[in-house]
Formats: sequence, structure tokens, C-alpha cells
Amino acid sequence: MGIVTPGFRGRPRSSGPDLPPGQYLTHDFPVLSAGPTPRVPMDRWEFVITTETSRAHRWTWADMMALPSETPTVDIHCVTKWSKLGTTWQGVSLDTLMSDVDTAADYALVQSYGGYTTNLPLTDLLDGQAWLAYKFDGEDLHPEHGGPARMLIPHLYFWKSAKWVRGIQLRFDNEPGFWETAGYHDYGDPWREQRYQGD
Amino acid sequence: MARAAVPGRLTWRVAKLAEARTETPTARTLVLDVPGWPGHLAGQHVDVRLTAEDGYTAQRSYSIAAPADGDRIELTIQAVPEGEVSPYLIDVYGTGDPVEVRGPVGGWFVWRPTSMDPVLLVAGGSGIVPLMAMIRARRAAGSRIPFRLIYSVRTPGDVYYADELRRRARDDAGLDVTYAYTREVPEGWPNPPHRIGVADVNTNGWPPALTPDCYVCGPTGFVEAVADILVALGHDPRRVRTERFGPTGG
Repeated sequence: MGIVTPGFRGRPRSSGPDLPPGQYLTHDFPVLSAGPTPRVPMDRWEFVITTETSRAHRWTWADMMALPSETPTVDIHCVTKWSKLGTTWQGVSLDTLMSDVDTAADYALVQSYGGYTTNLPLTDLLDGQAWLAYKFDGEDLHPEHGGPARMLIPHLYFWKSAKWVRGIQLRFDNEPGFWETAGYHDYGDPWREQRYQGD
Repeated sequence: MARAAVPGRLTWRVAKLAEARTETPTARTLVLDVPGWPGHLAGQHVDVRLTAEDGYTAQRSYSIAAPADGDRIELTIQAVPEGEVSPYLIDVYGTGDPVEVRGPVGGWFVWRPTSMDPVLLVAGGSGIVPLMAMIRARRAAGSRIPFRLIYSVRTPGDVYYADELRRRARDDAGLDVTYAYTREVPEGWPNPPHRIGVADVNTNGWPPALTPDCYVCGPTGFVEAVADILVALGHDPRRVRTERFGPTGG
């Protein structure tokens, strides 16, 4: 147990769901981003997966909408300590997008309109763990929250779920992304409280 | 892109309250002694962990309000209504009491005194805190980099660091401070209360041609609006750094 701070009691312990360590529950949907919100014209939007051999797989908005979608309901955990439970999204599973992509890469670098990047092992994008999401709570995804489309990778801290996503680079090496270069953890598992480098 | 300011593991350190200052009826500055503090850059924040007698803990992030000063750090806490942590830190937490802190955190929303570009700071409410750290760091470093601060508050009584900002605007050569009031203006103020708009940013900011570094901090709606204005005025989005404060239960 840590040092007791005299007089601090905190919220009633009674009930409440299990949250990852250090997290607290929020019911609104806070926004976190490092710069202005990019506006992406839909007629020029595209999503590109590029393999380690530079082979590019492209989807226009219409291409993506023609793919089968899923409506995952998931808990999300932000490294700034809020957690939001039971959020409902609509999007295309990365398994669907990756089904025709031939790759031997171990890592993925996710890239966004506006220049944001984040990295993760490729295996964390597969097996029903990640989506290219374009609706939240039944509504088109608001630009503040990453619209027109963002990654949804709820088993990792939410900075890995890149907003305004435009593509994924598949790589043999693990290239750190934006926050990963700025002192945050390379992997970011909320249940192991991997917030910062060295956690 | 900024490199990590703090390599290696961030450890929890015991901090004790050395002194406290009331900034407004709902905001308090805590001056903490943190033995072994590794130093920080203006704009960074810390995680604070409080532990109750039964072992229950709560963590929150707070911006650091002043540049590094040995083992001393300053945080300014805004009361979040119904919050779990901030009312305690404002109303109960006393001199000599321990909390745990770890940091500094964040390597992007930072200003370095070695930077040579002019700086525009745009604060909404409690978003002034990390920007004040930059103003103080500029002074501490003897920097002559031109700074402009646009500070949006609801009423004149909501201004943090009011006396110091008045003094610095007078004495710190190259620092301009302007205010925008959203609910109530001081007596004799030329404009009615209004939300910050293109004209405020255009008149009191820098022309994009000077390639200023822009730092915008405040509630989400404020940050979205100001960042959009800066981009519309022609500022390079990559030079617009944002940090959002939300009342999310803190």
C-alpha cells in the first residue's frame, strides 16, 4: 500500500465495475488530441494498408462501406485515467481488411490525417481485436472523436485507437509512434497499467 | 516530433505540501516538495496518487504551473463539482501532508527556452496553468522570445495569477497579455462579453508568416474552436499544439 494521505476518503467503495488500475469511470466522452482536428473530405478519403514489400491495398469510402460491418460494444480506457464502459461502435473488422493482405510483418504503424502515428504488434490488430470504426452510438463519428473513421483497439489504451486514420504500414521493425516517442509506453496494456516508458 | 523528455521509468515519489495559495474561490495552487524530483519542461504534467486509510487509491493528472525549481513543483488545481480528488486537494489537504506524484509526463505540449520562434498562448479558464509555466520559464531563462497570451475567462474574478500576470505584462519585455471575457467584463471594458472568435485571435495573436508556435489549452469546445480558427487564419496545423482539460470526474 502507498503512503496514506490524511483525510482522503475517495468515493464510496460499495459497488462499481472492475476497472484497470488507476482508472476512474466517466460517462461523458472526453476528447484528447495533440493538435487541431483535421477535416477530411469524404470524396478524397482513402484507407491504405501498405505491406513490408510496399504493396498497397486501398479502399475508398464507398469500398469500405461495401464491406461487412460489425457493431462491437466495448470498454475503453484512456491513459489520462478515464474509462468509459459499454460503448457501441460500428466498423469494419481489421480481419476483414487484412484477409487479402499477404504479409510477414510483425509490427504495424498506424497513420492518420494530420500526421499522428501510433505503433503496435500486428497480432493486436487481428482476431477480432480491432476495427476501422465510422459510427459511435449509432451516429456518424464526429470529427472531434476521429471521424470520418478511426481505429478502435479497445484492449489497449485509447491513444492506440488512432483518430482520422488513413492507413497502416506493416513493418518488420517496431517504429515508435507519436506518443510512444514522447514518453508513453510502447504497448499500452491498461490492465498492466503500461502508461509510460518503463511501466 | 518532440523526443521523450524523460527517459527511463517514472517512479512514484512522496511529495509533501510546503505551502498553498488561493488563486480564485475554486482554484488553489499547491507547492510541493518532492525529494529527488528529476526536473521538467514547461507544459508537462504529473500524476498524483492519493491513498485512503483502507488502501483505496485515486489518481489524477495535473499540469505543472511553474518551471523546475530544485525539488519544488507547483500545481494549480481547479475544483471539479462533485469531483473525487480536486475538492479534497482544495479544501482539506494540509501543509506537511503526503501525496504521491510521478512525472514529469508529456513530451509534446512543452516549450523549451532554446526555441527561437515567437509563441502564442491561448488559454481557456484553467487551461492557463501549463501556459503560465511557459511564461514563468521564459522569465526564468531570461529569454527574449516574443510571447503573446490570450486568456479567456468567464469573469474578471476567474483570472488565475492575476497580480503576477499584471506585473509580468508590465516588466517582462516582449510579453503581451490580453483577456477575453465570456460572461462578465471589468468596468469600462470596451467590448461586451463574448466567446473568443476569429477577430480576437487575429488581432491579439501573431501573423502566420512569423511561424509562431501556438499552444492552446482549455476545455474541449474552446480548444476545438481556437485550433480551427488558427488553421483557418493560415497557421500550420503542425505548429498548433493542444491540450484539453475536461471536467471528467476529477
